[in-house]
Amino acid sequence: MKNNFIVREVANLFLPIIVLFGFYVQFHGDFGPGGGFQAGVIVAVGIILYALVHGLKKTRQLIPDVFIRFLMAMGLLLFAATGLASLFLGAEFLNYSVLGSDQLTGQHIGIILIELGVGITVAAVMVAIFYAFVGRDAK
Amino acid sequence: MEHIAILQVVIPLVLAPLCLVIPRYAWLIAFFGSLAALCCAIVILLAVLGVGDIFYVLGGWAPPWGISLHIDPLGGYILLLVTLVATLVVVWAHDSVSSEIQEDQINLFWCMFLLCLTGSLGIVATGDAFNVFVFLEIASLSTYSLIALGRDRRALMASFQYLVMGTVGATFILISIGLLYMMTGTLNMVDLASSLPELRDTTTVQAAFAFLTVGVSLKIALFPLHQWLPNAYTYAPSTVTVFLAATSTKISLYVLLRFFYTVFGSGYAFDDLNVDYILLPLSILAIFVSSMIAVFQKDLKKILAYSSVAQIGYMTLGVALANSQGLTAAIVHMFNHGLIKGGLFLAVGGLCFRIGSTSLSDLRGAGRTMPWTMGAIVLGGCALIGVPLTAGFVSKWYLIVAALEKDMWYVALAILAASIIAATYVWRIVETLYFQEGDSAGREVPVYMLLPTWLLIAMLVWLGIDTDLTIGIAERAAQSLVSP
Repeated sequence: MKNNFIVREVANLFLPIIVLFGFYVQFHGDFGPGGGFQAGVIVAVGIILYALVHGLKKTRQLIPDVFIRFLMAMGLLLFAATGLASLFLGAEFLNYSVLGSDQLTGQHIGIILIELGVGITVAAVMVAIFYAFVGRDAK
Repeated sequence: MEHIAILQVVIPLVLAPLCLVIPRYAWLIAFFGSLAALCCAIVILLAVLGVGDIFYVLGGWAPPWGISLHIDPLGGYILLLVTLVATLVVVWAHDSVSSEIQEDQINLFWCMFLLCLTGSLGIVATGDAFNVFVFLEIASLSTYSLIALGRDRRALMASFQYLVMGTVGATFILISIGLLYMMTGTLNMVDLASSLPELRDTTTVQAAFAFLTVGVSLKIALFPLHQWLPNAYTYAPSTVTVFLAATSTKISLYVLLRFFYTVFGSGYAFDDLNVDYILLPLSILAIFVSSMIAVFQKDLKKILAYSSVAQIGYMTLGVALANSQGLTAAIVHMFNHGLIKGGLFLAVGGLCFRIGSTSLSDLRGAGRTMPWTMGAIVLGGCALIGVPLTAGFVSKWYLIVAALEKDMWYVALAILAASIIAATYVWRIVETLYFQEGDSAGREVPVYMLLPTWLLIAMLVWLGIDTDLTIGIAERAAQSLVSP
């Protein structure tokens, strides 16, 4: 579709906005509607849009499968590490209150990290599923 | 020490993504994960038996609002079974996996294996009804993909079949939990148990009970909902077959017991709704029909798979007898059958590893060149039949005693008669592998594959002679279920 001028330019215009909106949903999630899952899907949508317009090959060069796989693992690891961190600080698993100087900051830090972990994994998994389905013919 | 309950679930969960990041050492990571889980399970079981039930509150949010873990003697017993089999399987599987799985997928395989372990342990450890569903899905989804990695393309079909059936089952379970939540406004099992008695006559709760029973029965592979099981066991990679056969159906049965006794209360299932009127005939049908089908199978894995459906019948039969002795028999058989099928499928996996096929016609005469593997199959087969001095005898003995206690002599007769059918299919295996002429000789499998196999087989004999351990824990477990 990259030969179609309008599609290409509109996609290029929207791409940063979509990703930026994804980050907004991600980091504003503990104050407003949103959170890691939705943000992950939105960011993945941006990448998928890029792949639709510029082709799978170019997207795979930009974001290789190995990197996607690495991100998948890292998101889950970040989630688990946050839980284990509160464990090492003497509270229950996923008890964020001990992560900060007082309970409120602790809860904020905890939920941000957890949601970030969810966001990374969801975005990576979405892209991985897209790669898997679209890449079938290429092999 | 107080965090041991969460570590039981979290250690495999943390190690699973590490297999993706460090592909070279995936096997080592899986080994440490299952070994650590085994250590946790032993500590937990000792603590539960010695001090009492373990409660753990996640995130510091007290139940019923927060999510809690709750492990009682039955939970500790099943955790031990799952982690023990997992550890032995991982030790055994190093070369088997290399020979059956594409090289670039080996680390994915171990990642999935650890996730499956996480899900299985989570189902048992959690005290939250919705978490049961979540962990069930983690375990199931990883199982589907593990089965699909099997040697030939039929594995894909088997996996898809299980996917459809398993999803129907999981959806039914979710509907049931939704209905319960609608009626009580809580998901915590203890809290559910305290608010359900006054709602027991409402159709919503009855519908929830019905959905749950059917949904879990699908996952248990209770006859006639077992169609997914034989193909899944046969075409999955050997390693997966061992782990599935030894643990997955038992964990589902654990879910059934947990909901029947802890959430709904035993009187509800058996006195009010008379589930035993359905469960008892289906169990006996499972035992007879599946054993008969097993006799006529041509593939060793399929014989054992159908035998599994029959053995599940013994367990549900114990549950359906609805007395404490029957319950004890069911729980003991969950453990014993896990070990029996684990040992048998490890041995069969060894045959598959050397000969490359599990079809009976390819295995003729294998007993002469692989004496240790075949010895394990013979002893495991004896335990399957229920020969005295093996673990299988103990569970059947308790089952017969439970049946006679309720004056159901026909059930006792059925159990004895079904043992003869079991003897028939075991003899068919022995006859083919020892007495028929054939040239499909493979060498004996390496020591580290024999050791886990024989460890399980030796445990069968030991638990057949020294019954204090298994029966003792099972009686405690049954007691804590009936009167928590």
